[in-house]
Amino acid sequence: MVNENLINKLATLSESAKYDVSCSSSGVTRKSKSGDIGSASGWGICHSYTEDGRCVSLLKVLLTNYCIYDCAYCINRKSNDIKRAAFSVKELVNLTLEFYKRNYIEGLFLSSGIIKNPDHTMERMVRVIKELRTIHRYNGYIHMKSIPGASKELVYQAGLYADRLSVNIEIPSEKNLKYLAPEKDHASVFTPMKYIQNGVTEYKEERKKSKSVSKFTPAGQSTQMIIGATNETDQDILRVSSVLYLQSSMRRVYYSGFIPVNPGDTRLPAIRQAPLVRENRLYQADWLMRFYQFSSEEILDDVNPNLDLEIDPKLSWALRHPEYFPVDINICDYHLLLRVPGIGVKSAKLILASRRFGLLDTYQLKKIGVSMKRAKFFMVCRDYRGLNVNSSSPEYIRSLLVKKTPRSVASNQMSLLFSE
Amino acid sequence: MVVFQYDKSFEGLLCAVFEAYDKKKYPESLISQEQIVPLLTREVFAIETQTEKFLRVLTLLKNKMSVMELNRLNAVWLSEIENSDFLLFQYIKYAIDSKFEHSANFGHPVVLEIHKIAKKVSKEVHAWQQFVRFQKSKDEIYFAPVHPVYNSLPLVIPHFKDRFSSQQWILYDLKRNYGFYYDLSEVHPMVLEGSGEHLRTGFVDEEMLHPDEKLFQELWKKYHTSVSIKERINLKLQKQYMPKRYWKFLTEKQ
Ligand code: SF4
Repeated sequence: MVNENLINKLATLSESAKYDVSCSSSGVTRKSKSGDIGSASGWGICHSYTEDGRCVSLLKVLLTNYCIYDCAYCINRKSNDIKRAAFSVKELVNLTLEFYKRNYIEGLFLSSGIIKNPDHTMERMVRVIKELRTIHRYNGYIHMKSIPGASKELVYQAGLYADRLSVNIEIPSEKNLKYLAPEKDHASVFTPMKYIQNGVTEYKEERKKSKSVSKFTPAGQSTQMIIGATNETDQDILRVSSVLYLQSSMRRVYYSGFIPVNPGDTRLPAIRQAPLVRENRLYQADWLMRFYQFSSEEILDDVNPNLDLEIDPKLSWALRHPEYFPVDINICDYHLLLRVPGIGVKSAKLILASRRFGLLDTYQLKKIGVSMKRAKFFMVCRDYRGLNVNSSSPEYIRSLLVKKTPRSVASNQMSLLFSE
Repeated sequence: MVVFQYDKSFEGLLCAVFEAYDKKKYPESLISQEQIVPLLTREVFAIETQTEKFLRVLTLLKNKMSVMELNRLNAVWLSEIENSDFLLFQYIKYAIDSKFEHSANFGHPVVLEIHKIAKKVSKEVHAWQQFVRFQKSKDEIYFAPVHPVYNSLPLVIPHFKDRFSSQQWILYDLKRNYGFYYDLSEVHPMVLEGSGEHLRTGFVDEEMLHPDEKLFQELWKKYHTSVSIKERINLKLQKQYMPKRYWKFLTEKQ
């Protein structure tokens, strides 16, 4: 009977947690000390895949799905008539350890509905991860969500035991957030984010003086925005992301296509399918900001406030800026190389390295990994000087590059690679 | 044709390298002592495996090659792919003779092939890090069966030793019938005797399981189904990341 109870609890509390899309367990490498439980490996290991093709790497659960708040987009909101459950600290600690020891998981992703008040909830969550680390000498990965509105002390405590902390913005604009989640505002999200950032900065300072300071969120922080529940444009969304990335501890912003879990709520749009293509384009744009030296203003502007669903954002930028092209692969700088559709970070670096030994031709570029099918309209090299976006027209090039039947975009959040 | 006969051990292979240079005879084929000598053979040399000769070649290789390169050769050896021993022989000869950096010369067919095979093996090593599932026995030993295409189990061990140093475990290759046992301080190679059910099916007999084991298996299965998002089902993607051949022992797929 006790067992049935635990199984049902787990079902309820993982069911309620699954909509948080972040799953990564990367960012820390920790060798195990003998006698300790577990280690963390830099890239994170996916131990299984769900039927929707997402990586299962962490035990992602809520401490409880009781909640005193009533956020419109959330399955656990107070006004929903759903099964409720709560783990005891001991149950959850035990479950994590037992799963870990069987090689089911890389670690724990702990989140929670709000019981009583933010601090009361945080306090119990911190107890779970503190027990894991201190009593059981558990070394695996821990990602904990910081509850909006939690106090500084508790966020600091959490940062001592968690590898990564996250505070979800959920709704990109404050106006819409307040409309959908009356108990929340942007301050309740940005304040704990700042605490985490400060904790990391302080740790780095202390670390200079002494080697023995305990780590503070070695894998930094992340956040998530729901896409398509409200009327923000992609421009609004990317602006928020670009501001967030100014904090050095912000490692990832996740974009989660809206899934209507509360169909009766008229404040939210009635959609059948989560906006997967849009979600994927946002990840690509995010990628451009983090690795391709694009600013959010370059990716989108007031004339084009939303990402083109037919083509990726880099190609879209290039078609809007024919004046930069064609670039000469053999002389242009790194910054501009990165802007050529069909050239990725890796191939751009290889081009820089190889062209010192002689002028590159198309054969070599292909070998390097450049997708000439796309790149050729934006470049010249030793043996190629063909039709380009500037001599022809962007519309025409676009028509050549847009595939007749759009390829179905994998729903996996990690499929953000450009065809290089 | 020159043929070398040897005992098909790694030590033996390096002794073959020694003899080749010693006799200035380079084989066009390596065969085992039991194998029948091919028809057009001009000369056959029986290679004796001697520790001293093996060590001399090994030292030479250690001076000549990076750790990464040596690991790559080890992986190719463990691949058990037909003729991979001869490929290794050719590679080692090329490495010894070459005056230039040789390990990344992908224009050389032998080098390219070595990289390709090593990659296949390391992919499998990674897959076992992901998909091994331990079952806990009554006497607190965590048992996991594997059935690798290549003989990759030895390469998986360091990861598990590092990660699960506070529990006793056995990783067992059911195909090759051998495994490794970690006793809380060291890892020992082992062969399981007898005819226990787990040697046939990979699953520990009910009466040998820890009383909690079934519960945690149930919990994991439950977890696995409840986190999948019905609105986004994509079984093709799931299989692409988690190939079917690993499902056999996956708790969540039973
Ligand atoms: S506070 Fe969190 S758990 Fe509670 S209703 Fe809002 S989003 Fe859901």
